[in-house]
Amino acid sequence: MTDLDPDVRAPGAIAAEATAPASTTAPAAPSPAAASPRRRMGEALYFALRNRKVVGGLTVVLAFAVLGLVAPLLSDHGPNEYVGPAAAPPSGEYWLGTTTFGQDVFLQFAHGIRSTFVAGVLGGGIAALVGMSIGFVAGYRGGLVDEALNMLTNVVLVLPALAVLILLHSYIGIDTVVEQSVFIGLFSWPWVARAIRAQTFSLRSREFVDLARLSGLRSSTIIRREIAPNMSSYLVMTFILLFGGAVLFAATLDFIGLGPTESVSLGLMMNNAVHWSALHLGLWWWFVPPGLAITAIVGSLYLMNVGLDEVFNPKLREM
Amino acid sequence: MRRYFGRKALIYLLTFFVAVTLNWMIPRFMVGDPVLRMLTRSSVSNPDAVAPMRDYYERVFGLDRPIWQQYLNYWVELFKGNLGVSVSLFPAKVTDVILDAVPYTLGLLIPAILLSWYAGNKIGALAARRKWLDNTALPLGYLLTATPYMWLAILLGWSLGIVAGLFPIAGGYDFDLQPAWSWPFVSSLLSHWFLPFLSLFLVAFGGWAIGMRNMIIYELEADYASYLESLGAPRRLVRRYAFRNAMLPQLTGLALQLGVLVAGALVTEMVFGYPGLGRLILTAIQNQDYFLIQGTFLFIVIGVLLANFIVDIVTVLVDPRTRTGMQGGTA
Repeated sequence: MTDLDPDVRAPGAIAAEATAPASTTAPAAPSPAAASPRRRMGEALYFALRNRKVVGGLTVVLAFAVLGLVAPLLSDHGPNEYVGPAAAPPSGEYWLGTTTFGQDVFLQFAHGIRSTFVAGVLGGGIAALVGMSIGFVAGYRGGLVDEALNMLTNVVLVLPALAVLILLHSYIGIDTVVEQSVFIGLFSWPWVARAIRAQTFSLRSREFVDLARLSGLRSSTIIRREIAPNMSSYLVMTFILLFGGAVLFAATLDFIGLGPTESVSLGLMMNNAVHWSALHLGLWWWFVPPGLAITAIVGSLYLMNVGLDEVFNPKLREM
Repeated sequence: MRRYFGRKALIYLLTFFVAVTLNWMIPRFMVGDPVLRMLTRSSVSNPDAVAPMRDYYERVFGLDRPIWQQYLNYWVELFKGNLGVSVSLFPAKVTDVILDAVPYTLGLLIPAILLSWYAGNKIGALAARRKWLDNTALPLGYLLTATPYMWLAILLGWSLGIVAGLFPIAGGYDFDLQPAWSWPFVSSLLSHWFLPFLSLFLVAFGGWAIGMRNMIIYELEADYASYLESLGAPRRLVRRYAFRNAMLPQLTGLALQLGVLVAGALVTEMVFGYPGLGRLILTAIQNQDYFLIQGTFLFIVIGVLLANFIVDIVTVLVDPRTRTGMQGGTA
């Protein structure tokens, strides 16, 4: 048993570490499904809706999502239009005050949240897709394919992603949030691939996988139907971590001034605030809300993850 | 052990190779004649810069020659330490400009990384055994790791720097001072260093504390821990074993986090106008100083690779399995 321990621990530990900002308890090694998938889903949902961390985190994230979706629709001004008095503190008319140029901070804020969610969902989604595909294939195939993919993973892993993106963005120049998210996704998958490869590795020699192989199923089908469902909880949590990571990444790029040129983002708001010396002028309403929103969204995502861990891993449930 | 290092060295060499190739390739993604385009784009402000730039481009790109030869030329110039001339800081060489900035970045990063790692591990391990500490440290840790680096930097700069007036928030030292090993300069250096350091430290600290706390709890559930306890071993002993086992993933985590930490340092420097690589990148981007961007990129990659290598050496020293060429070595 002790021999197995490091192996079993490795995937979770690596995942937890790779996202050290995000580390949650390592999910236990996947065990073959005992109950039918639907019943398991129902059970997970049952516990998820009774877990305060999941519900709380989800509420905050959804509240921000709704704000980002609805608020820009209620105003007939663009986020960068000069609508009010300059540098006005928060008031009934301008909920979060105005910038030194008289732009409505709340309007920018709502638009920024919108791009934040796009970056998170798309960037996190692409990273999850790439990481999972590479992890599954490498772990299931083994041999030379594994060697090659592992090498690729390790190279991208040590390559400092932000530096690469700075280089790419400054040359190519990007205009839309979508482009930005694609780039972010393409450079933040390696730890996922590593963790999933290790878990697939430990699953592929189990009897039920052998059985599927004997019955002549194609590799892709085996991965999809036999292996992936056994780590579905892990996959969900991975996506949540990637979501948070992509949000932070996008904010960093926007803050440097390499974000999309066409839209407003929370990172760009902070950039503008610093650039036009909001700190010295004491316009706190300009730079506090954007950072606070990012922290709240990412923090709630992490909180959800801790809660989901308790849901999926009965050992951790506080009952 | 040789296998372990051989593998790691191969990965690092390959990464360096990829980085240089990217650096060489990306200017080619641009449509049209890259030389002409860059000349018109970046040297408007400084006519003196045109000649050396054209000279460098001709040597490195040599667009009339076959692709493989252009690529080879790039490597040759690289090994001569020639990364081109900075346009925004003409006539300074890119290598010199970067070497001037590197000490500031390292001076921020190294203490922040080491101290946050140490303190995070300690507090995390403590939190795993005390309920009250766990209840305060854990939410705080999650809050800190969810904070964007630049926002914490902005908040600290605003609250401690401007409102409280305790620390200066611009530059690496007072503008009326010349760099020298004198007391006024060193104290000015330290007071400018403190806020960027603090914000880097705090964000990183949260991540390590959570990681360590979770690892310890995980270790205490492991079979060897229950076995030791059932043998009647004192709790302290069990904890110590758990701590040592939990250290290893934290160490690999350090290697994996390097990129994020460097990114954090870059934006923190931008907030405080700290004269390291971050501010350099910012000016380079604003002035479209492409040589400087590319040079900084290479330096960051080399730095991260070196740091990874150091972590590998430490891992070998700490983890006996890598020495005997067992499990740990395959990672």
